[in-house]
This record gives sequence, C-alpha cells and structure tokens, in this order.
Amino acid sequence: MSFTALLQAIVDGILTGGVYALMAAGLTLIFGVMDIINIAQGVMVILGAYLSYELSVHLGIGLLPGLLITVPFMFGLGVAVEFCFMRRLRDQDRTQMSILVTYAVAIVIEGILTAIFGVDYVQLQASYVNSSVHIFGFYLADIYLIGFALAVALLAGLYYLLYRTKFGRSVRASLQNRTAADLIGINVNRVRTISVGIGVSVTAVGGMVFGATNSFNPNTGYDLISRLLAIVIMGGMGSIGGAMAAAVFILVINDVVAVVWSPTWAPLVYFVALVIVLSFRPQGLFGRSAVRAQ
Amino acid sequence: MSETETNAGDPAPPLAVAAPKRGLTVGVVAVIAAIFVAFPLLVTDPTTTSIAFFALVFMVAASAWNIFSGYSGYLALGHAVFFGTGGYAVAVAARDWHVAGGWPVFVLVLFGGLVAGLIAIPVGLVALRTRRHTFVVVTIAIFFIFQLAAFNLSFTGGTSGILLPLAPFSAANFNTPFYYVALVILILTVVTSWLVRRSRFGLQLLAIRDDEDRALGLGVKTRRLKLTAFVISAVPIGIVGGLYFDFVGQIYPQFAFDPLFDLSIALMAFLGGLGTIVGPLLGALVLESLQQYLTQTFSSSATYLIAYGVLFLVVILIMPRGVVPGVSALLERRRVKAAVNASAERDAKVPGGVAGAAQ
Repeated sequence: MSFTALLQAIVDGILTGGVYALMAAGLTLIFGVMDIINIAQGVMVILGAYLSYELSVHLGIGLLPGLLITVPFMFGLGVAVEFCFMRRLRDQDRTQMSILVTYAVAIVIEGILTAIFGVDYVQLQASYVNSSVHIFGFYLADIYLIGFALAVALLAGLYYLLYRTKFGRSVRASLQNRTAADLIGINVNRVRTISVGIGVSVTAVGGMVFGATNSFNPNTGYDLISRLLAIVIMGGMGSIGGAMAAAVFILVINDVVAVVWSPTWAPLVYFVALVIVLSFRPQGLFGRSAVRAQ
Repeated sequence: MSETETNAGDPAPPLAVAAPKRGLTVGVVAVIAAIFVAFPLLVTDPTTTSIAFFALVFMVAASAWNIFSGYSGYLALGHAVFFGTGGYAVAVAARDWHVAGGWPVFVLVLFGGLVAGLIAIPVGLVALRTRRHTFVVVTIAIFFIFQLAAFNLSFTGGTSGILLPLAPFSAANFNTPFYYVALVILILTVVTSWLVRRSRFGLQLLAIRDDEDRALGLGVKTRRLKLTAFVISAVPIGIVGGLYFDFVGQIYPQFAFDPLFDLSIALMAFLGGLGTIVGPLLGALVLESLQQYLTQTFSSSATYLIAYGVLFLVVILIMPRGVVPGVSALLERRRVKAAVNASAERDAKVPGGVAGAAQ
C-alpha cells in the first residue's frame, strides 16, 4: 500500500461523499421539517436509478438530460407520499410511526420494481461512466467528478433556498416551532409538503450517480438506507451541514479502510463509527440536544 | 402505585384489553389451544403444515419482540440479530460437535436461545444509551454489523453458509415434530409475555413507555429494566431462530440477518396491537400465513411485497393503533357511551355535560 493509493482513497472518498451528502441532505431535511424518518429514501434512490436506466436504455435519453424528467417525477412522488401518509400521522408518536409507514412504502416500491425489473443486477451506462481523467497523479473517474459537481451544485442551491429566500425562512421557521410558524401566517402544511418533495427529488440525482457507479437491484435500497441513516444520525438529525460533514467523513474512512485493510470489512466502518459517536454524543456530532426534546 | 393485583373495583390499567368475564376468556383460550394442538392431526398436507410451522415461528418472534418494544415503547428494528445468532449458534454447534439431526438438535435449540440472550446484553448496553428514533437507527446499525460479520467471519461459512443435519423423520410426517416443538416454545413465550404484562416489572415498562423521565423520577430503575426486557425478548427469538434454520436445513447470511425480518415482526405486532398480548400473535398468524401462501402461489416475491406493504398502509390509516386496541377501543367507547347515558339520566346536571365535552 503506497502513499499515493492512500491519497487516491481519500480523494475518492471525498468525491463519493459529496453524492452521499446530497442524498442524506434530503433525508435530514425531511426529518427536520416533519419529524419523519424516511426509510424509503434508499429504495427511492434505486427507483431514481431505474428511471434513468429505463430512459437511457429504451428511450435513448442520456443520463444527464434524463434528470430533467426524473427529478420532477421524484418530487411528485415525495409530494404524493407526504399527502397520502406522512401528514396523517399523529403528533405524539410521529417519528416512530413514520419509520414503519415509510418502511411499508419502501416495501411497496421494492415490490413494484421487482415485478417490473426482476432481481438481476444492472448498471447505468454512458460514455462518461467508464472514462477517467488524470490530474496531479490521480486517476479520477469522470462519473465521480460529474456526481460530485452535481451534488455540490445542488447542495449550494439547497443552501441558497433555505437561507436566502422567503420560502427557506418559512421552512426554517416551521422547523423550529410549528405553532409559532402557524401563528405568523406560514402555511406549514404547504411548506412541509414542498420540503418533502425537495427531500425526495434529490434521490433522482443520487440514483443516477449511484446507479452509474454501482450495480443495483430492487433490494439494494436497504443497504443504502442503512448507510444514509448512519450518516444522518452521526451528523445529527435535522442538520444539513452535519449530514454533509458526516457523509464525507464516513466515506473517506470507508475508502481508506478498504485500501489499508480490506474492502469486505470497509462497510463495518459506518456502523462502528456511528456506535462510537453515539456512545459519547447521543444527539450526533452537530445535533441539537434540547431543542427537539419530544 | 405498587399494587400487583387489580381488584374488581379499580379502574382498568391503561391498554388492558376489555376483560368481560374470566370464565369466557379461559374457555376461548382453551378452545384456541386445542385447535393449535390438533392442527397437524387434522391437516396432513405438508405444504399447509409447513405454513403453520412458519406461522408459529413468527408468532413467537412477534410476541417476544413485543415484550420489549411493545411494553417499553422502544421500537427495536434489529431483532433479526437474535434470530440469526440463534440460528448460527445451532448450526455451528451441530457442525462442530457432530450433533445428529432430529431431537438432539431440538435440545441444541435452547443453546441458540442462550447465545442470543448473551449477545443481547452488550447490544442492549450500547443501543439503550440512546432513545426513540436514534435507538431505532442504532438497532438497525447493529443489525448490519452482524450481517456483515456473518458474511465475512470464517466460522460462519461465509456466503455459502452452513448445512444443518437432516432430521431423520419420515417424509409424510416430517413437519409434525417441528410444529409441536414450535408450539411448546410459543406457549412458553406467551406465558412469559402474560406474566411480564401483569407484573410490577411490566407496569414499570409501561411507565417507561408513557414517560420515561417521570418514571425515572419516581424511582423506576429504567436502565436495568430496559436491558432486562431486551434480553428477555431476545431469548425466544434465538430459540426459534435455531429451530427455523434447522427446519429449513441451511443457514446463510442474507437469510439469517434479513432486514425484512426486523420489519415483519414489527409490522405483525403493530398490526395486531402493540403492547397487547393477543395482538402480536394475531398479526403474526395472519401476516405470516398470508406471506407464505402468496410466496408459494405466485413464486415471485413481488406480489407479497406489494400486498404486505399495501395492507399495512391501509391498516395504519384506518386503525392507527392496531387491530386489537382499535376494536377494543370501539367496544369501550360504546360501553362508556351507554354508561354516560345511564348516569346522565340519573342526575341530569353535571356529569353528562362534562363527559360529553371530554369526548
């Protein structure tokens, strides 16, 4: 194991971490606004990947232009799920119930995907999936760079939306105190619906990049959601910055362990790191302990 | 506060299933038990009896899971850890100690429960440091640690898994011994669940569910209690885990540590009624039979996945607390309504108005 291999692993970790950060940001946004843990986020990423797959294989629409179709579709799906299920949960045990409900949604989506596509693994193909560029002695896969660039752009957009627009202020207000937000005239329900839509629509982009860098089948969503949950919990639920930091942190460690030790044990890092962090900080690295006491 | 018996005059404890007449309850339980005992004698079709066996296994699992999660309100989504470790303990022990199939393995199944209980102690110590949704996610994380370990450790046989010794039963009655062993485990589990539910221990768990900080303030030793309940709920799952994989004949990682198992038992308990004794049993009986039937009929997992998810979503929208509490709440409301009407007739002034406003 050479020093360059280690550096390469760190760079790869940062690049893939960006994409995980995007998917985790959606998850944490939904939690922040709704107190709902969307277990279906993982399988929704897979759904996004399958949509890209269908568009590229059968309709000849490339992966990147295909996002113009898949992102609105996933937004619509998020809105529908929020409208049909999430808003019907009672307040007192909302978070726990949401885990069961969104898990059930995940199972339904998995079942539909299995019925249509079967359980064989597929991977997205495009001219830039297998090419790479050579910078400063590193080989960087183009798809990683594209995914990272997309993720950074979207996270910046999300940041702008949340912190620089009126809608973002409404989101943050409803996130801090629902009743108060209601009282100053924010339509909390509408804000929540749109936030869930946004939180789910990032899975279209995540799915495209994930599907191009990994082979997947309808079952892959469980593996993915466990990683995303580890990231979100480690960063502190509801904290988008925390999710981003934790995603990059955890994927860099993952890739370094894969190089230094063995790829088979690398995923263990997620969960061991999570358990260690939570043993010392039950609210996560950037979580607010007292604010969300319920 | 600390009474263990509720007298007839006391108000019913929270969540108690409406208990109309004791004799009736005993009679119903006896009839149901008789049906379960006689089932393999009446139905000899191997497909049906294997479905019945799987249903029993999941009734044990859901009922045991409920002892911890239902009573304490801590939603654990990692109990497949105990199912898998129980299975692996039996498989590894049978392989390394050259245990013969059949009844010797049935005894070994207890060892599976022991291992699961021992594993539950460190797992519980770590996971129970957190609460609510963080706890849920930590249990999921621990689950994946175990799954990964099963894939990669050498003694588990990796991806190809371990074969268990074939039981020397005749093909025609192969399922029957498994069925009765599972039934005995089920009875013991239900009795445990019932004993816990009506004990001081059970009341303290319910207190934790309702308000953990207040329970702690009132002197409930919450940490020790939660851990005890966690371990108690792990043991039966370890035992049926061993039995289940003995029946199937082999064990491999993605099957032993299946995320769908975690969800299934939670859905079963939830569907029937979280925190009740009968609810998880009912939920498991219905859902597992349905799942097995659909899998065997359609051969694709897609159909039962969709049916499963949709069924659950529908129930959650109609009866957000599960079937058993939903139905008993309905009956209770009727009874209260009748009582309110009666008392309103007796003194027309205050009580009727108050009760009406409270509803």
